[in-house]
Amino acid sequence: MIRLPRWASRHLAALRALAVLTVVTGVLYPLAVLAAAQLPGLDDQAEGSLIYDSDGDVVGSSLIGQSFTDGDGEALLEYFQPRPSAAGDGYDPLASGASNLGPESVVDALPDPALGWDGDENAAKSLLTQVCERSFAIGEREGVDGSRPYCTPSGGTAVGAVLGVYRSEGTSGEVVRAVSLNEECGTVEAPFIAAYGGARVECAAYGEDHSAAVVTPIRGEAPAEPAVPADAVTASGSGLDPHISPAYAELQAARVAAERGADERAVLQLVEEHTTGRFLGFMGEPAVNVVELNVDLDRAFPLT
Amino acid sequence: MSETTAGLTFIAAMIAALAATYRPLGDHLYRVAAREHHRAVERGVYRLVGVDADTEQNWAGYARSVLAFSAVSIVALYGLLRLQHLLPLDKGMPGLEPGLAWNTAVSFTTNTNWQAYSGESALGQIAQTAGLAVQNFVSAAVGIAVAMVLVRGFARKATDRLGNFWVDLTRITLWVLLPICLVAAIALLAGGAVQNLTDTVQATGPAGDTQAITGGAVASQEAIKNLGTNGGGYYNANAAHPFENPTSWTNFLLVYLILAIPFSLPRAFGRMVGDKRQGLAIAAVMGVIASVSLALVVGLESLGNGTVPQAVAAAMEGREVRFGVPDSALFASATTLTSTGSVNSFHDSYTSFGGGVLILNMMLGEVAPGGVGAGLYGMLVLAVVTVFVAGLMVGRTPEYLGKKIGAREVKLASLYFLVTPALLLVGVAASIAVPSNLESMQEAGPHGLSEMLYAFASASNNNGSAFAGFGADTPWFNTALGLCMALGRFVPIVLVLALGGALARQRRVPASAGTLPTHRPLFVGMVVGVTLILVALTFLPVLALGPIAEGLQ
Repeated sequence: MIRLPRWASRHLAALRALAVLTVVTGVLYPLAVLAAAQLPGLDDQAEGSLIYDSDGDVVGSSLIGQSFTDGDGEALLEYFQPRPSAAGDGYDPLASGASNLGPESVVDALPDPALGWDGDENAAKSLLTQVCERSFAIGEREGVDGSRPYCTPSGGTAVGAVLGVYRSEGTSGEVVRAVSLNEECGTVEAPFIAAYGGARVECAAYGEDHSAAVVTPIRGEAPAEPAVPADAVTASGSGLDPHISPAYAELQAARVAAERGADERAVLQLVEEHTTGRFLGFMGEPAVNVVELNVDLDRAFPLT
Repeated sequence: MSETTAGLTFIAAMIAALAATYRPLGDHLYRVAAREHHRAVERGVYRLVGVDADTEQNWAGYARSVLAFSAVSIVALYGLLRLQHLLPLDKGMPGLEPGLAWNTAVSFTTNTNWQAYSGESALGQIAQTAGLAVQNFVSAAVGIAVAMVLVRGFARKATDRLGNFWVDLTRITLWVLLPICLVAAIALLAGGAVQNLTDTVQATGPAGDTQAITGGAVASQEAIKNLGTNGGGYYNANAAHPFENPTSWTNFLLVYLILAIPFSLPRAFGRMVGDKRQGLAIAAVMGVIASVSLALVVGLESLGNGTVPQAVAAAMEGREVRFGVPDSALFASATTLTSTGSVNSFHDSYTSFGGGVLILNMMLGEVAPGGVGAGLYGMLVLAVVTVFVAGLMVGRTPEYLGKKIGAREVKLASLYFLVTPALLLVGVAASIAVPSNLESMQEAGPHGLSEMLYAFASASNNNGSAFAGFGADTPWFNTALGLCMALGRFVPIVLVLALGGALARQRRVPASAGTLPTHRPLFVGMVVGVTLILVALTFLPVLALGPIAEGLQ
């Protein structure tokens, strides 16, 4: 028998060790867990906590959020609406994930006016503008004040209230020019404030580079605790969050009840049934499962 | 109960759970590493592997075995990822591109689990379960094994024998990682984590929306990914995904799994060197640094400074409702203080200073408590540096645990400390020098730099989490980050093994009146101080350009 050199026998041992450990940890272990997953009480969860309708078809998973929108992506008013989602086109389990936009994502990359937001692939809304848009849209839908700090107060076309400020000494000194960075010329009648530090505020012209200006968000007069809850205007980490806060559910209850011709108290009762408190009183946050709630809503108050 | 009170109670419960584990798990680790006889199952494994389990290796032999095993692992995993489309249960996924396959193979073999791909849209079931998850086990076992060698270096005298790699690898996998994972995986199933062989289930919602509900062997992988401080998510959303981390209590369980072994290893160390107080002192250093960091992240995220968090009235972007802000911040702290990198919320959307502390956690070298094994050996290296500094102050040859810290030991410890900062800073500087790399930054200004800084801190320290807006799947970054992961893992390992060898050769010097006691609060304070000063001197300039500049805007 030929004796292998030391280095070769060492690598051969490594290969054999990897093979043995792959069988143990990569085959036997997951199969053992899979076997445990067949036990009653664990089997439904292991299959994905699926929800079935009366015909036995899968309508979703109670752990995976889904969109309740019409063909155009507009919110269906007869359903509770989930949080915004960054997973694909919204709640796509094949593209889970977050927006990953930072806390100072406040300046939009404005679109070519000829193409618009949908046509210009280089255009991108900042996180701030997305938050402002969502807040005003929800405020309008639910009949409450949608204003937020650092948002322009203009109802339908709210954007982040952010100025690009040019100063005489670069970052300090007198204001020589101020541009409302997220308000594109032609889309707004006038910037959200007329003047800043003595300079007239201009709208932002497409294609102009304002990277030399000091980015200055303007707080505005909106209340520090807005009427539209925080979870309603932010995307979740997974993009598949099945929950909303109890506050956001309560905000929606009147509208859902009216759309279905149901008693608001009965709808709120259903919300209550689908609310989970903190586990042991201190783990996590109270949450309302929107998917289960909407499925039950169809059972309790069917749409005619 | 307010959100803050609930968050504080969550932290208190976590500390209590870890304190309760310290002794039993630490003693178990000690028995696994120090047991003399081999069990029948182990003998069977050694026969299949074809190694002599009764012969111990010197440090160089041990290092050659570690490197051979890791090299074979990288090649095998690379092949598996490239050829996954030829396997059953492949979900129709094509083989990975060479750059991505190299990056992923290195990433999982080095216990990093940096993910430049998205699990649900790139990998079949066998690539995940028999490829990535296997490396989750064995790379964790390698880390613990290397830590054991360094501890044996302190514990033994006048020998060059430091243990047998194949024995350590087998025992740690079979008797530490596997049993805990089995229990944890079943607990995760009870919470709602999935475990099946399904590709996807088509669902049509009440409003007519269609959805593909994904399947997979998730619970089994989730358990080891956290216990082994690996961090690679089955899905792209990692532990934010409801199928990986379905409830607020599974969230607690995952944080506990991340911290359990790293915080218990000092107990095993204390037992092995025959003085439990030494283990307690090392655990105290870890605990002090971890507490400060944790308080900062939870506090900063709860305050929610910054334009967008102020507009929202909470730092909720990238967080799940069921976890809330404080519990998410605790997870983020735990994952960056160890080498885990699994996330239940997305760090790119953290407040400027909160995200900065997460970067700083990794820059500390992940020693508080650090990755499984890697945290203990990193902390012991810092303890060696500390006694050296203390020795300089009083002008006598330093000693630690009865071993003289001479020129060779200090050189090895200093080189160890320099490896990851060099990789991190050179990596960032070289990347910025190439203009096309700037396109990978999602945002302009300081936040863009923070994203790149986070990527190199994460890769060099084998963490694996990211400011995930960063576009890392380019040939440059796949290669550069892959190199940082490999060098950031194996160069320190070889240096640690050499240090173990140098220490084991020495006889024990009896403690004298001039010996610095290394189990007292004074020493704990000194190690904390040395760690913070070294790291601050190294990284403050670059932190000032990234997260600090952003936060002060």
